[in-house]
Amino acid sequence: MVAIGLVPAAQAQMAADHSMPSAPSSAAPFGAPFDDEHIFYHAVLDQLEGRFGANNSFRWEGEAWGGTDENRIWLKSEGELSQGLVSDGIQQLFYSRPISTYFDAQVGARYDLDSLPGRGWGAFGIEGLAPLFFKVAATGYVSGDGHLAARLEASYDLLLTQRLILQPQIEMNFYTKDDPARHIGSGLSDIDAGLRLRYEISRKFAPYAGVVYQGKFGGTADFARAEGEATNEVRFVLGVRTWW
Amino acid sequence: MSKNIRCGTLGRRQFVEGLAVATAATALSPTRGWATGEGSRPSTLLGDRFDLTVGSTPLNVTGRSRLATTVNGLLPGPILRFREGDLVTLNVRNTLQEPTSIHWHGIVLPNAMDGVPGLTFRGIMPGETFTYRFPVRQSGTYWYHSHSGMQEQTGLYGPLILEPRGREPYLYDRDHVVMLSDWTDEDPMTIVSNLKQQSDYYNFGQRSLGTFLKDTKRDGLAATVDDRLMWGQMRMSPTDIMDVSGATYTFLMNGKAPGANWTGLFDPGQRVRLRFINGSSMSTFDIRIPGLEMTVVQADGSDVDPVAVEEFRIGVAETYDVIVRPTQSAYTIFAQAEDRSGYARGTLAAREGLAAAVPPLDPRPLRTMTDMGMGGMAHGGSSPGGIGTHKMDDMDKQGTPATPPGPAPTSGMDHSKMPGMPQQDMSGMDHSKMPGMSHDMNGMDQGKMPGAPAAQQAIIPTSNADGVDPKSLAGKPSVDNVAMEPRNRLAEAGDGLDGNGRRTLTYADLRSIKPTTQGGPPTRAIEFHLTGNMQRWIWGFNGKKFSEAGPIAVKLGERIRFVLINDTMMEHPIHLHGYLFEVENNQGNRLPLKHTINVKPGERMSFVFTADAPGHWAFHCHLLYHMEMGMFRTVLVS
Repeated sequence: MVAIGLVPAAQAQMAADHSMPSAPSSAAPFGAPFDDEHIFYHAVLDQLEGRFGANNSFRWEGEAWGGTDENRIWLKSEGELSQGLVSDGIQQLFYSRPISTYFDAQVGARYDLDSLPGRGWGAFGIEGLAPLFFKVAATGYVSGDGHLAARLEASYDLLLTQRLILQPQIEMNFYTKDDPARHIGSGLSDIDAGLRLRYEISRKFAPYAGVVYQGKFGGTADFARAEGEATNEVRFVLGVRTWW
Repeated sequence: MSKNIRCGTLGRRQFVEGLAVATAATALSPTRGWATGEGSRPSTLLGDRFDLTVGSTPLNVTGRSRLATTVNGLLPGPILRFREGDLVTLNVRNTLQEPTSIHWHGIVLPNAMDGVPGLTFRGIMPGETFTYRFPVRQSGTYWYHSHSGMQEQTGLYGPLILEPRGREPYLYDRDHVVMLSDWTDEDPMTIVSNLKQQSDYYNFGQRSLGTFLKDTKRDGLAATVDDRLMWGQMRMSPTDIMDVSGATYTFLMNGKAPGANWTGLFDPGQRVRLRFINGSSMSTFDIRIPGLEMTVVQADGSDVDPVAVEEFRIGVAETYDVIVRPTQSAYTIFAQAEDRSGYARGTLAAREGLAAAVPPLDPRPLRTMTDMGMGGMAHGGSSPGGIGTHKMDDMDKQGTPATPPGPAPTSGMDHSKMPGMPQQDMSGMDHSKMPGMSHDMNGMDQGKMPGAPAAQQAIIPTSNADGVDPKSLAGKPSVDNVAMEPRNRLAEAGDGLDGNGRRTLTYADLRSIKPTTQGGPPTRAIEFHLTGNMQRWIWGFNGKKFSEAGPIAVKLGERIRFVLINDTMMEHPIHLHGYLFEVENNQGNRLPLKHTINVKPGERMSFVFTADAPGHWAFHCHLLYHMEMGMFRTVLVS
């Protein structure tokens, strides 16, 4: 049973028989030893939740990316479904690359796609990890008809235990001009803030419960009042955070 | 490269059971219970001609069947025993659907036989047989593993024992290989992908509300908040110990999970040689055998002056041979992962079926400012009297009484007596403003002249391997930290070990049994910063990945020093192919020879070698996923 001088390998070849190196002075004359520019891709649904209160709705917010360490494509989608109508349907596509240790620059496009008239925007922004582990993003938008907009987002993961995580989160939208068709007034338009307590059954699957606050301000609040909608809502949420 | 025998007059009564297996019944095998896989295959192969088959083998480690990558159907692969002076021939047949390779780790051989796809050959294609043939010019304990893709993680590794022609300078009656490894049911690429998305994916020992409350109780609210703010400002976590943990890994000893209890037999009173090999992809282990003193006699295959220890750390790809003399009936061989997320375990027993108590896991280490390369307080040294206060804090957390701190030898500072100073961190402490405190005198001096006092090392031209100015690294996407005050940490056992009350091996203890510095002083030094960005999970040298850098050109015959500065907060086991290098650890002309050195966070260290073998030699971090992410260079000797 011991291989001492047994069984000559039929197709044994010496290294010399193999294709010779193309460029002996290169780091890898026989080709790359591994792929350190591998393309990875992931999709994260941060919010997939029912919002319950004076009125009930379904809300999603997620993003997907694919690419290398240097070059990535991002797809971001969010919206809220209430009584058969989708609102806040902001869909974005970015090219992203790192500009510092913790921040990426992103450039791309945004399309407001929901039950209201659509709007296209050019988009540029930065996203990353601020000191104290705050996840932040700031994005500016410019539309073809000269409207400008901005959005600020921040969130923080507070570990109560290794799997029980409390996440405060806030999102703010600003516009330079009124857009009555989309019920938007200039200035600070709206705030969507939440406090969610999730339990990571696994890293990739975490049910949560929490409260969210949605506030509308300025002209946007006026439009809401005109529609008979609330301008300040605090609701209870149940949902799941999941990623692949 | 025959070994000098220092104690040549000692009789050898070793019974090399590996020899026995070639002729005797399997029951005599020292590798009883060796490896998971087909039971009827021989587990030790001896000779100068070997036929090895790389293939996929269904395996059940955790309760679920998975396909492992194996040699001759075994995990680990068979123990290969070569004899020093032989010309060995190894026919490696690839029955996988993908290319494979076998690299003979630590073996000094012709470049074309080194087995690194891309560098020394194109790999072994599916269905192909490749013949390795090389002279055996050394002896000791080594290992082999795949250098292709993730095959090393999925099982393609095994022990290499090179029997010396002459007598060995120590006695033993029995000889057991103890090969440690990490097994996962996950696809290795999934693990890397998970880390790219969330770098703390496998870290379930993070700071939380619970540890905040505990620390507040111990240190006070202000100190605890300061500490959290300090780490938060840096966006670093002191709990980053291992990237991949027991959350996915089952730690194996000779292919056996802890519950399967690999057992090595002895007769009471016998001297037992244990050949520890860390064949893991990503896991550092701390090894001890409660109740037994271990005498380290070999490191990375090269004999060293005996060092008696109770515990030692083994980085990925390192080997240590120890001799123990058991008298009781059973002892636990306990190899806990550095992050304490699990352990590999086996038993040394007088007969089959015995077991000894398995000790509890030690407290999880926490990284400190020293690991960030910020110098830290002067007493990070491993002398038992001079434990850093942060280490004692770790012990406090577990309710273990902390050893009273003695005066720190290098600085004479005793923090515990300094009023108003938070015990566990350096936040808010500005050393430069503290009168009379010259922090880290030891580390500073040696940091600038790695490995030896200035008097012993002449100034030689030093250049960065990639022509990079280290100051330019800060803020780059690929770099999250640049060590401001890297220091010599060879005399430290490492995070989680220093100050634990046990006598633990350090690199400073290693002293070659024979003179090693035949080549004289080096004429040139090449500096490598080990860099990374934990959040982005990017790893490299000097802020560059392999694909972004060219080869490191070294002239044939050149005597050269490699200086390694670890800017990251983790250990990196750095491996140079084709050479045994001399670690500059102040042991005069008896610097220990190694093929892999586990560089501590915040450390600056160096080694020297004579570039007498031409070719494309791989130089890389032996954490498999760090290598795959590009923490790899070609050293081109021509």
